[in-house]
Amino acid sequence: MTATLVFILLQTLLLLALAPLITGVIKHWKARLQNRRGPRPWQFYFDLLKYLRKDMVVSEHASWIFTAAPRVVFITSLVAGLMVPMALVPAPLSRFGDALALIGVLALGRFFLALAGLDTATTFGGMGSSREVTLSAIAEPALLLAVFTVAITTGSTDLSHMSLGTQADVWKMLDPAHVMAFAALFIVLLTETGRIPVDNPATHLELTMIHEAMILEYSGRQLALMEWGASIKQLVLMSLLVNVFFPPGIAIEATPAALAAGGLLYLGKLLGLALAVVVVETTNAKLRLFRVPDLLSAAFALATLALLSTFLFQ
Amino acid sequence: MQSFSENWLPIGLAGYVAGVVAGLLFSRNSRVANYLSFGLGAVAALVSLVACVQGLVGGEALVSQTRQLLPSLTPIIRFSIRLDPLGLFFGVIVSLLGVALSIYSLGYARSFYGHKSVGVFGALFNTLLLATTLVFLAGNAFFFLLAWEIMALSAYCLVSFEHEREDARRGGVLFFVMSHLGTACLALGFLLLFQNANSYEFDSFRALSGQLEPGRRNAAFALFLLGFGLKAGIVPLHIWLPVAHPVAPSNVSALMSGVIIKTGIYGLARVFFEFLGTPPQWWGVTVLTIGVVSAVLGVLYALMEHDLKRLLAYHSIENIGIILMGLGASMMFLQARHPLLATMALIAGLYHTMNHAVFKGLLFLGAGAVLQAAGTRNMEDLGGLIHRMPKTAMCFLLGAVAISALPPLNGFVSEWLTYQALLQGFSVTPGLIRVLFPLSGAMLALTGALAAACFVKAFGITFLAQPRSGHARQAREVSSPMLAGQGLLAAVCVLLGLAPSLFLRVLDPVGRQLAGVAARDHLVTGSGWVLSGVAAGGGTVSTAGMTILALCLCAVPLALWWLLARRARTRIGPSWDCGLKGLTPQMEYTATGFSKPIRMIFKALFRPRREVQREYDFSPYFATTVRFESHVEEIFETRIYRPLNWLVLAVSRRLRALQAGSIQAYLIYIFITLLALLFWTL
Repeated sequence: MTATLVFILLQTLLLLALAPLITGVIKHWKARLQNRRGPRPWQFYFDLLKYLRKDMVVSEHASWIFTAAPRVVFITSLVAGLMVPMALVPAPLSRFGDALALIGVLALGRFFLALAGLDTATTFGGMGSSREVTLSAIAEPALLLAVFTVAITTGSTDLSHMSLGTQADVWKMLDPAHVMAFAALFIVLLTETGRIPVDNPATHLELTMIHEAMILEYSGRQLALMEWGASIKQLVLMSLLVNVFFPPGIAIEATPAALAAGGLLYLGKLLGLALAVVVVETTNAKLRLFRVPDLLSAAFALATLALLSTFLFQ
Repeated sequence: MQSFSENWLPIGLAGYVAGVVAGLLFSRNSRVANYLSFGLGAVAALVSLVACVQGLVGGEALVSQTRQLLPSLTPIIRFSIRLDPLGLFFGVIVSLLGVALSIYSLGYARSFYGHKSVGVFGALFNTLLLATTLVFLAGNAFFFLLAWEIMALSAYCLVSFEHEREDARRGGVLFFVMSHLGTACLALGFLLLFQNANSYEFDSFRALSGQLEPGRRNAAFALFLLGFGLKAGIVPLHIWLPVAHPVAPSNVSALMSGVIIKTGIYGLARVFFEFLGTPPQWWGVTVLTIGVVSAVLGVLYALMEHDLKRLLAYHSIENIGIILMGLGASMMFLQARHPLLATMALIAGLYHTMNHAVFKGLLFLGAGAVLQAAGTRNMEDLGGLIHRMPKTAMCFLLGAVAISALPPLNGFVSEWLTYQALLQGFSVTPGLIRVLFPLSGAMLALTGALAAACFVKAFGITFLAQPRSGHARQAREVSSPMLAGQGLLAAVCVLLGLAPSLFLRVLDPVGRQLAGVAARDHLVTGSGWVLSGVAAGGGTVSTAGMTILALCLCAVPLALWWLLARRARTRIGPSWDCGLKGLTPQMEYTATGFSKPIRMIFKALFRPRREVQREYDFSPYFATTVRFESHVEEIFETRIYRPLNWLVLAVSRRLRALQAGSIQAYLIYIFITLLALLFWTL
């Protein structure tokens, strides 16, 4: 019991501390790849600290939804993070929620984020909410089908179980079902974290924003919670990808040696995935809004093929 | 020796009758009629609720016998009732909604004082509750159809209650016609069963357990699917639902969407799981497919609505689809001889039946409160109501989170169970047909996400931002009975979400009755707080655990605030207006605008059409007035029902020549018929 509590506390701290670094590293590498100097990798920590101490301006039209949304986004990201194995399986809360619960918890955060976009009575907020809920709705079938495919091959929707199932048989990583499900989930990752080619995290050009449009009216500590929450959500989804599809090296026992090795490998795999995101962001242009469904249909098609291949190769 | 539920349920039913009588007796005095009729209704529903729950939890239902409620008229028409688990479970649903809706009506009916007869309204409302309860308890096909008809007729009267409005009359008539088409199918189906059973008692149908010739069995399947499916509102038999439900008074809409359409689900479960024996695979596939199609199309059409109550009505079609996915999967598992999985899928479907009744009831009550306070159902004229009606807004938000299947509320629990059942379906079903299960799961995910999108729109446009019309600006919070009714249902949503194991005790006897296995011990672990799929090592979820954890994690933002921002000030200012002179409600996003991306993505289905007219002085970019119209095509209405309607009219026009009104012609018809019959007997 005590061990579990300590474990929960440690993973919470890891989520809080690691998420800004990954966001910062992606920003830094992206700048480097585009021949810019860019911000230092740890700049995002200073940004968060600065936001947290600032005064706030709240819109006169806003209701309590506007105040509650940053907390809901932040806390749902953390809760989801505790269901995903990071450096160690099983995840501290794998008993409280499986892959389906993780999708649900993140959707709750998105629900409040979209409501907050509408709450301030601006056009931009409404536009952002409308686009966010549309794209996430189109992404959802691909996400779920990919998760289902892995769940079918490993016999469980429990994320820790999935990770162990893949680890037990290393060749499973090369199973065509896994490869295609990974590709589908990677596209979903780009959508859910608001990356190019779906959304541009660096833009403040009003007509193309999605995520930024919803949080346009936020300032001070509420903005900090929103940004931090989005960053944690990104870390959660990335951990899900690396640990379910490339689990080798993850610690199974909580011994210091295994944890150190598992932690280092985990960090390395995360940075590898971050590099993939950076390359995609740099080599692609942002798609027009009504082209994005084509991309997501491709993800859905990949997930369907993955499913069919489990059927064919079984 | 009569059991607890057999003693108390008749008292509840008598309470409804008393409510009817009191309403009619005091119809001169609106106030007295209101309090007596709905007060008695609430008490009667409460008594029935306790009786039904006790019957299920106490285990009486499993050993119940058929009894006579009233002395029978003829040997065929017997008023037998049987308090078995399935009937009592649906009794729980109708009684629970009955309590909340009767309380709500105490406040709601005040708006009829002076220009409508509240007494008649209360009497009809109690009749509807009584008839619906009897539908679930009836043990004889005649008695069942009698209760079914009383239910349909009282519902028709209530839909058209505000008959001075044209849409209420039209909605009522459409409901009446479709409802009777369904009843005709049911009557034929029961006659088919009668031919083999030689009795109209449900007990003898049950004893038959599908020992019919295959052709006759399939015909019965088709007839019952049509008849009950019409009542449930499956696609493509749904067109009456979004027309009839919104025009009824809001408490009636809540009852119709929450409970009356569930009589269809009840009938399907009763017939397919009890009377027709082990279903062949294609029955399950058909039901599952209908479920998927209804769910996806229901939510897509809901997204296109900006009439709050029509939007909710379309969501009923979606949720009926989700329920049928559970039922269909369960039928396939029965055929594949996996009773445990069949029970789990059935429980998933029935759990969702309960959940939908609660949150849809809640949302319709919220819509009714908005309609009464702001005088319109059109979302484009609403907005900002969260400042003016905070309690209604809170209840509506809870309902919206629940219906969007978001944790930790009840919609999430039942959809989670459905996902688990679908996932297991892949591994236990042979052949390529197994791919149907994960694909249905993907469509369920699409449905859930679109429902969330739709409720962001419904809540956001109605309750948030600035009011878009004078009516919305002057809205005030509704009366306390109306708030109490909503609050009760909202509390049930939370309870069903956080403590699923409690509710599974109510559902377990139903699973044992219909699929033969008790599944609760397989579904619940961790001393009742963790829900698990039935497979070993499968996923687990604990909504209560998640909630407690989330509450503990609230310490993180609080600690950050205390450490860093204790002295930070908060200023109230205007929203960013791009340098204009302040934002006006016209600049806000509209409901139509909000769903535009979905309309564009699915334009093959919606075939959107828009007309823009501008008047301008010197340049089209500086218009003085703009008129904008946008329509989506209801494909079933234009492609199926309109041609069908036309065909029926054309045929009847031809047949009119026969009925010329001359007595000589009629005499000849009679003569020819006699001759024909003579020849036929020879």
